Amino acid sequence: MAMVSLTINGKKITVPDDLTILEAANRHGIAIPNLCKHPQLTPFGGCRLCVVEIKGVPRPVASCTTPVNEGMEITTVTEQLEQHRKFVLELILSDHPNDCMTCESTGSCQLQELAYTYGVKGQEYAGERRTYAKKDGNPFIERDLEKCILCGRCVKVCQEIQGVEAIDFGYRGFKSKITTAYEDDLNCEFCGQCVHVCPTGALTGKLWKRKGRYEGVKETDTVCPYCGTGCNITVHSKNNEIIRITSRPWTWNEGFLCVKGRFGYPFVSSPDRLTKPLIKRKSGEFEETTWTAALEYTASWFRKIREEHGPDALGGLSSARCTNEENYLFQKFMRAGIGTNNVDHCARL
Amino acid sequence: MTNSIADIEGMEVIFIIGSNTKETHPVIANRMIKAYRKGAKIIVADPRAVPMVKFSELYLPMRPGTDIALLNGMGQVIVQEGLQNDEFIRDKTEGFDAWKDSVRDFTPERVSKLTGVPKDDIIRAARLYGGSRKAGIFYTMGITQHTCGTDNVKAIANLATLTGNIGRPHTGVNPLRGQNNVQGASDMACAPNVYPGYQRVDLPEVQQKFEQAWGKKLSPKPGLTTTEMIHAAHDKRLKGLYIMGENPVLTDPNQHHTIEALKNLEFLVVQDIFLTETAKLAQVVLPAACSYEKEGTYTNTERRVQRVRRAVNAPGEAWDDLSIIIALSRHLGYPMEYRSPELVFNEFAGLWPALGGMTYDRLKGRGLAWPCPTPEHHGTEYLYKDGFPKGKVPFVQIAFKEPAEVTSDDYPFILTTGRNLYQYHSGSMSRRVPPIEKHAGRAYVEMNRSDAERLSVADGDRVIVSSRRGEVTIAVRVTNQVSAGTLFIPMHYAEAAANVLTNDALDPTVKIPEFKVCAVQVTSAPKAASLATGG
Repeated sequence: MAMVSLTINGKKITVPDDLTILEAANRHGIAIPNLCKHPQLTPFGGCRLCVVEIKGVPRPVASCTTPVNEGMEITTVTEQLEQHRKFVLELILSDHPNDCMTCESTGSCQLQELAYTYGVKGQEYAGERRTYAKKDGNPFIERDLEKCILCGRCVKVCQEIQGVEAIDFGYRGFKSKITTAYEDDLNCEFCGQCVHVCPTGALTGKLWKRKGRYEGVKETDTVCPYCGTGCNITVHSKNNEIIRITSRPWTWNEGFLCVKGRFGYPFVSSPDRLTKPLIKRKSGEFEETTWTAALEYTASWFRKIREEHGPDALGGLSSARCTNEENYLFQKFMRAGIGTNNVDHCARL
Repeated sequence: MTNSIADIEGMEVIFIIGSNTKETHPVIANRMIKAYRKGAKIIVADPRAVPMVKFSELYLPMRPGTDIALLNGMGQVIVQEGLQNDEFIRDKTEGFDAWKDSVRDFTPERVSKLTGVPKDDIIRAARLYGGSRKAGIFYTMGITQHTCGTDNVKAIANLATLTGNIGRPHTGVNPLRGQNNVQGASDMACAPNVYPGYQRVDLPEVQQKFEQAWGKKLSPKPGLTTTEMIHAAHDKRLKGLYIMGENPVLTDPNQHHTIEALKNLEFLVVQDIFLTETAKLAQVVLPAACSYEKEGTYTNTERRVQRVRRAVNAPGEAWDDLSIIIALSRHLGYPMEYRSPELVFNEFAGLWPALGGMTYDRLKGRGLAWPCPTPEHHGTEYLYKDGFPKGKVPFVQIAFKEPAEVTSDDYPFILTTGRNLYQYHSGSMSRRVPPIEKHAGRAYVEMNRSDAERLSVADGDRVIVSSRRGEVTIAVRVTNQVSAGTLFIPMHYAEAAANVLTNDALDPTVKIPEFKVCAVQVTSAPKAASLATGG
C-alpha cells in the first residue's frame, strides 16, 4: 500500500493512500466534528459538519468523503468553518424536540454534545416541525423519528454489517424520513446495531426507558453469557439492577451485538430466580432451607452412595454456562473429592 | 476454531456446512457479511435455506445426514481437477494415495443421488473451495450431532488438508461453539477421559502429576459421558448425580427416557439459577448466581480467554457456583480453599502449559487466545503455524453411512432440530426475557409448502408430530426454508419439546446423540388441542 504525506493544521503526517482526510486526521489525534460518519461504516457526506479547507481548493470539502492526496495542506479549524458548523447545528436543532430533560440519550448524545460545544440552543431558526405518530409494535426498539437527523447510520449498519436492509430513506426534502417498506412495523432481527450507532435519541431500547442515564450508573465490562462468540459487553447497572447493555466500539466485536446479547438480560431480575436452597420433603414439595442444612444433606448422600456402591456410582454434569474457574473446581471436586471420572458437560447437546 | 473471528474478513471463500450462523452466531455472521462485501464467495450446505443463503454464491440443499457423501464428493472433484495443494500434501500429510482411492467412487453423479444436491453444484462448490488458498470451513452441531459426527468432522479436516487451507491466516477448520464457555468447560476437563488441558486420565504419568497437584489418589478409569450417565441412571448403575447449570430434561434426546433415568436416581442435586425442568426432579436445589453476578473467565470459540466481571449482586441467598463447590467440598471432607477465582485460575494455568502465560492482569482488555505458554507470549490467533502436533496430518478414509433412523412408510418425514435467533438452548434464560417471549414465544414446526398442501394444513394450524419415542402438538410454520420431506423444530420450547421426538442413538466415538436426524410422522391435531402438551 502506497503512503502519502500531507499536513493537517500545520502538522506533517504520513498515512496510507486509501484513507479519507477524516480517517487520517483521527489516526493522528486530530478530531473533526461530525454526525453521520461511523468508523465501521462507509461515508455518507450527509451532515456537512466535517468540512475542512484544502489549500488551492476554492470551497470547503467534506473530510469524510475526500481521499487523502500527496502534498495536501488541510485546515480543520477556521473562523469560517466554525461559523458554518454552528449554522448547520442551528438548522438541525430548528427541527428537533429539544427535550433533553427527558430524553434517554442525554449524556450519550453526540448532537447534544456538539450543541453544547458550539453554544447552540436551537431557537435560532424556529419554524415548521416534523411530527410523527409512534407506531412501534415491536418489543425491543423505540423509534422517535422526530429526533432523527437523517444521518443514515442506521440504514448503513443494517445493510453493511447486519445485511438485513430493514430500513431506508423514504420520501424527499423536508418529508424525508427513515422508514420500513410500506411504513410497516420493523421487520428485522432486532440486533439493535442501529441503536448502537444512532448519534441522537431517535433510536433507543424499549427496556431502557426511565431506568437511568448516567447519574449513579455503574458500567462493568464483561462477556456475553449467550453463544460461544464471546462478544464483549458493557453492563450498565443502577441500584443493583441491570438497566442497559451496550458494547464499546473498540472491542474485538467492534461494538456489535445480537438481540440476545443486547436485550436478553431481563431474566436476571425474573421473579423466578432461586434465592434460597430447597430440599424436597416426603410429600414431594420443595421447602426452603439453610445453606448448612442443604450442603450437609447433599454431602451425606454423596458419602452414603460412595460407601455403599463406590465412587463410580456418582456422577457430575457441569455446565458450559459456568466460568473456567467453576468448571475446573467442579471436575476437581468430582475427581479428587468424590473419586470418580464420571464428569462431563453439555458440549454434545 | 483453528483461526480467529477477525480473520474471517480476509477470506476468499467461506464454506458453511451445518451451521445456521446468522441465527446462532449473529456477530460471527457480521464478519462473514463484511468479507462478502469485500468479495468473498460464500458456500452454504444445509438441509434448510438458512438466512446466510442470502449472501451465498452457492447453496447446497442437502438431505440431512449426508455430509460425508458431499464432503467426499467435493474431495473427489478437487483431485479430479487437480486443484489439490501438492506441496502441502507432500510436506505435511500422510495417507493421501489411499484416501484418494477411497473417494474414487464418490462421483458427482452418485453424490448427487445421495445428497439431493444437483451434480453441477457439487462440482462448482469443489472448484470454489479447492481453487482458493484462503478458504475457511465453518460448522456447528449440524455436523457433529449425528451418529457419524466424528466422521463428519474428519471428512471436513480432509478437505482442509487436501487444499492446505490450515495453519495460515484466513483459512482453517472452524467449529463455532454454541455456548458462552463450552470451549472453557472442555479445556477445564469437565469430560470423563481427560484432566484439564486434554491430559488423559489413563496415562500413569499424567495421573501422577494431578495426584501431586491435588494431594489425593485419583482413579485411572475413564468415566461416563453425559449420555452414558443418563443410560446408567436409567439402569440404576448410577445412583447419585450432581448437576450444575444444565437442563438435560430439555437438552438431552428422548425426553421420556431422560426423565425416567433421573427419577431412578437415589439422589439428585441441581445447582441452577431457576427451578428448571431438571431441578424439579431433584432432592436438593442450590440457588446459584448468573453470569452478570460473578467474577471469572470464559473461553470463546476462538480460544480467547476473557474476563467475566460482576455487575450486580446475586439475589437473596444465591451464591456463585465457585463458592458452592468450595463449601460442598468442605462438607464432604475434601477442603478446597480459595479466597478468589483468580487463585483458581492461577492453579489451572500452572497445570496446562497452553495457559501458562496467562494471568488476570494480562487478560485485561481483549483477553488472550491459547496457547499462550509464557508471560511474554501474545497468544495464538491461528493454530499450526509451526506445524502439527503429531508431525504429519493423516488423511482419514471415511465411508458414508445412513443415519441411525431413516424414513419409512409409518414415519415418512425427517425431523431436524436446532435453535432460532431469539431463544437460547433450553430457554431457561431467554424465555424469561419478556420482549423475546413476546416476539418469539411460541413453538413451531417448519414445513415445506408442498408438504403442507399435501397434508391440507395451513400456516398456524396445529399438528401432532410423532416419532417412535413420543409426540408433540405444535403449530405449523409453512416455509420454503425447509425442503420437502424435512421438518424443523427449534429445541427451546418445553411445551412442545423437540427432544421428546429425537433419537438417542450415539456416535460410537464421542457419544454425541443424533439430534439432527430422526424419522417422524405428522397428523392433524384435534381443533381444541391444548397448547401445552408433552408426549
